[in-house]
Amino acid sequence: MAAGAFAESGADLQLEGIRKTFPGFTAIEELDLLIPAGSFFALLGPSGCGKTTTLRLVAGLEDPTAGRILIGGQDVTAIKPHKRPVNTVFQSYALFPHMSVIQNVEFGLKQRKVPDAVTKAHEALRLVELDHVANRRPSQLSGGQQQRVALARAIVNRPALLLLDEPLGALDLKLRRQMQLELKSIQAEVGLTFLHVTHDQEEAMTMADTVAVMNHGRIEQLGSPQELYELPRTGFVASFLGQSNLFPAEVESTSGGLITARTAGGVVAMPAERAVVTSGAITVGVRPEKLRLLSEEPARDGLENVLGPGRIVDVSFAGASTQYILEIPGLGEATVFEQNMVFGSVFTAGSEVWVAWRREHTFGLDAAARVEAAEAARGDEPEDIADSVRVDGEAA
Amino acid sequence: MAISALVPAGTQAPHEPERRRGGLIALALLVPGLAYLALFFLVPFVSLLITSFGINDTATYGGYYYAFYWQNYVDVIAAYWPQFLRSFWYALLATVFALLISYPIAYFIGVTIRERKLLRNLLLVLVIAPFFISFLLRTLAWKQILSDEGPVVGVLQFVGLMGPQDHITGTPFAVVFGLTYNFIPFMTLPLFASLDRLDTRLIEAGNDLYASNASTFWKVTFPLSLPGVISGTLLTFIPAAGDYVNASQSFLGGPGTAMIGNVIQSKFLITVNYPQAAALSILLMAVIVVIVGFYVRRAGTDDLL
Repeated sequence: MAAGAFAESGADLQLEGIRKTFPGFTAIEELDLLIPAGSFFALLGPSGCGKTTTLRLVAGLEDPTAGRILIGGQDVTAIKPHKRPVNTVFQSYALFPHMSVIQNVEFGLKQRKVPDAVTKAHEALRLVELDHVANRRPSQLSGGQQQRVALARAIVNRPALLLLDEPLGALDLKLRRQMQLELKSIQAEVGLTFLHVTHDQEEAMTMADTVAVMNHGRIEQLGSPQELYELPRTGFVASFLGQSNLFPAEVESTSGGLITARTAGGVVAMPAERAVVTSGAITVGVRPEKLRLLSEEPARDGLENVLGPGRIVDVSFAGASTQYILEIPGLGEATVFEQNMVFGSVFTAGSEVWVAWRREHTFGLDAAARVEAAEAARGDEPEDIADSVRVDGEAA
Repeated sequence: MAISALVPAGTQAPHEPERRRGGLIALALLVPGLAYLALFFLVPFVSLLITSFGINDTATYGGYYYAFYWQNYVDVIAAYWPQFLRSFWYALLATVFALLISYPIAYFIGVTIRERKLLRNLLLVLVIAPFFISFLLRTLAWKQILSDEGPVVGVLQFVGLMGPQDHITGTPFAVVFGLTYNFIPFMTLPLFASLDRLDTRLIEAGNDLYASNASTFWKVTFPLSLPGVISGTLLTFIPAAGDYVNASQSFLGGPGTAMIGNVIQSKFLITVNYPQAAALSILLMAVIVVIVGFYVRRAGTDDLL
């Protein structure tokens, strides 16, 4: 893919054995990744997990300590950033303050001497519905408008690969939702490969076809949003992507594709393929919305797992659903989301309850999962402070 | 005030006294500055202007009587236009050389080693360090270094780049060299102030948008540093055009390098022709104002950010 041409379609991005160390710390331990052409791929992780560094490596703004980067099959590891068929929508937007909006958008086209740069730039501005501010300075626009200009400035070049570095981070919730939809429709329309870096799990799930959850410079798990949510493979993923109830347990038996494990609150079973360990200590997990609350102990029918009795310690009403926190002796706290099918909450604090859920909704993680999950719950910070500070330093 | 009439009296009243007091304080704070300007700029300027139209009295030492003798201006232009042209030419050369030398220094201190605060501060001190020694002493030191008996001439004559009759001091080269050297800190500091604020993420954005490092420099870095370039060039050009030390024969100049500052100095202090000296001073000021005004408008400072 020559930098001089418009990409006809997106290109594959392949990272082979990438490792990146900075003086004093390792940003990326070991990374192998294949992003197929035309996909919307999200790298999701907390601050300092290495996701922004990964993006900068692909853009060519950093050099990997080891490994190769291939775009559309071509090794670009040693190629300078301005010769890569890649454009970035920066977290800070990085619009040129001394140029008008239209000059910003046509910058890349003019660099490559693309004919009709002005016409194409206006087209890109129309796509983000900002053609009417073409002659203003970026400083005269709102944050959301600047963000869309940054997007137009990148997509106007039709790069084989578009990199998005938390581009929606500075927007308010309503505008963010709107931009998420716009981005997704633009991606579908122009068919480019999008690599989106974010710490916002909801954003990653709603926008991307494939999500890779990163932590400590490694990819923890990769898959479609639904796969990641329904079958997390590590405690970090179980807790960073949505919420999970995780109970410590000991495997009792494995037979007929079913693993049976004993917890302090009762015996649970799960399909063997949904567990990462099949013997010894195991962590039993289930999503809060999969749990049913019962006021009486149910009959064991062999289809559901039942734990209890426990006591409800907290009820919080959230409109469409109610979140119950209950305390199960020996197991600790569990969270349950119940749809508000009747008016208001059904149970009150202090009620004695049992929880039941279908066996196939259970997942089994390794024994360390609860520690990782606690870390994931802490690490969900809104701003990539560590990343941005370091990025400033490296830029010089 | 027309608007305040439409506002209900009650809502406006509480703010009024406060605002008036604020205005009074601001005025009081301006008084020393305004008085200073009136006393040390406006009065001397008017005095100079009046003197420039006076008629020189050759009978008395430094005497002249008041008149409206605009012929002074015609006379000095006819007599000293080469020195005028030379002044602006030397000042222009010195400004260009100072910019070429200072920009890399300022970029290195302000951008390249931005994160290494200690080294950065050390280098800034080094840029300012010459100010700790008198400007006259430094220029005299250069006269020694560049003199016919000095090491530079010795080496150049030894390797055959200079003939035995050639000099460095007294040449236009020495004068422009001295001007450049003396004004480098005035160029470097405003450039540094501009480049220090440069958002390096914009450079990355330029690279990302297919611009090579050189292209990014001319399209992004340099335009964003223009405020520093303009203040630096003005701080160099204006005093350099009026300088009379470097071009003086006691320092780095020779008989053929006299600048307008040297002419004004000798008119005031040696031939004591005050009206002509004053006319030359007014002309120098007027030409600089015109050049600078044109330059600032062309550079479009209003358009920056």
